[in-house]
Amino acid sequence: MEAIKDSQGAVWEVFIQAKPGQPYRHVGNVHAFDKEMAMQNARDVYTRRGEGTAIWVVPSNYIVASSPEDIGSFFDPANDKVYRHPTFYTLPEGVQHI
Amino acid sequence: MDTTHFEEIFEAKLARNEMIEPKDWMPDNYRKHLIRQISQHAHSEVVGMLPEGNWITRAPSLRAKKILLAKVQDEGGHGLYLYTAAETLGISRDELIDQLLTGVAKYSSIFNYPTLTWADIGAIGWLVDGAAIMNQVMLQRTSYGPYARAMVRICKEESFHQRQGYEIMTMMARGTPEQRAMAQDAVNRWWWPTLMMFGPPDAESPNSANAIKWKIKRESNDQLRQRFVNQTLPQGELIGLTFPDKGLTWNEEKQGYDFTAPDWAEFKNVISGNGPCNRERLAMRRRAHDEGRWVREAAQAYAAKNKRYQAVA
Ligand SMILES: [Fe+2]
Ligand SMILES: [Fe+2]
Repeated sequence: MEAIKDSQGAVWEVFIQAKPGQPYRHVGNVHAFDKEMAMQNARDVYTRRGEGTAIWVVPSNYIVASSPEDIGSFFDPANDKVYRHPTFYTLPEGVQHI
Repeated sequence: MDTTHFEEIFEAKLARNEMIEPKDWMPDNYRKHLIRQISQHAHSEVVGMLPEGNWITRAPSLRAKKILLAKVQDEGGHGLYLYTAAETLGISRDELIDQLLTGVAKYSSIFNYPTLTWADIGAIGWLVDGAAIMNQVMLQRTSYGPYARAMVRICKEESFHQRQGYEIMTMMARGTPEQRAMAQDAVNRWWWPTLMMFGPPDAESPNSANAIKWKIKRESNDQLRQRFVNQTLPQGELIGLTFPDKGLTWNEEKQGYDFTAPDWAEFKNVISGNGPCNRERLAMRRRAHDEGRWVREAAQAYAAKNKRYQAVA
């Protein structure tokens, strides 16, 4: 058998849904060797007090993140499109339910 | 590489009280300072399980045993939150554990004192967790995002730790004369080491200036220590326990108590490895790590085997 290097396992990001119908929120991460272990560790570490009703675990290296250096140019396309907001529009006095 | 531009962005963020996130540029010394502080904090949570674990099998009732188990499990969880926060700074879990086991990294000096009686479990919850909470409440607003978020979770969980300790002390202080004496003896032994938990006096604290400048810490060691004394004294009086300091007096002017400084020579001695339990604690951690090795290896082998099967199927 090939020698196994001692390891704490890969990093998995943990997302929890606090109540049914709510979005999943990132809460932290765990180390684990496979998805079952990641799920159990996430339960033991992040839901000891009823913090959630459902869990997602994702290997950290599958997360793609924007980089802070080009935050300006990356989000730039949205900055000059104020007409995407309802407050942009002029409506006649007295109109309702719109 | 010209870093002045990045440095300006970093400084401006701090000035606006915005948090620094893992992918943001940060000065090397800020990163180093955080790795040291967060990993020490993580190691303290983990080693901190040992003195209390000592009493799990001998807790005086099933209720007490369940509570202590839950508390010690929380401390293990706190260690995990903090290790993952440290890992976002580019150091691996294996390196962090290695630094603890080889004695390169430090942990809080408080956990190098022994837990001699059940009252020590009460004193730890009330005083030691109480002091830790004081520090951790401040750290919820620390400038590094992952550290701050870990602190928010930890503070939520800590609130029962201090209460369960104070409940033990209350019961013993109101119990038989022997129980009362045990409770008082525990306070006498834990009082000074608890005051040391806030670190050396501001004037002699080598890392404090940077920590305040970078908003890693928002209050100084002496400020936190003073607040802890002010808050804890009335709690002791309420249940008829005293503190082993003849110099404790109310100071009307500063609206706080005057108190005697702990023995800083003892603090230095314990920090440098010569406290009553340093060797025992590290030996125990090493043993636990070595005895867990086969579990980690089995888990790796199992994961590798499953991957092979999935590839075939
Ligand atoms: Fe803790
Ligand atoms: Fe605690």
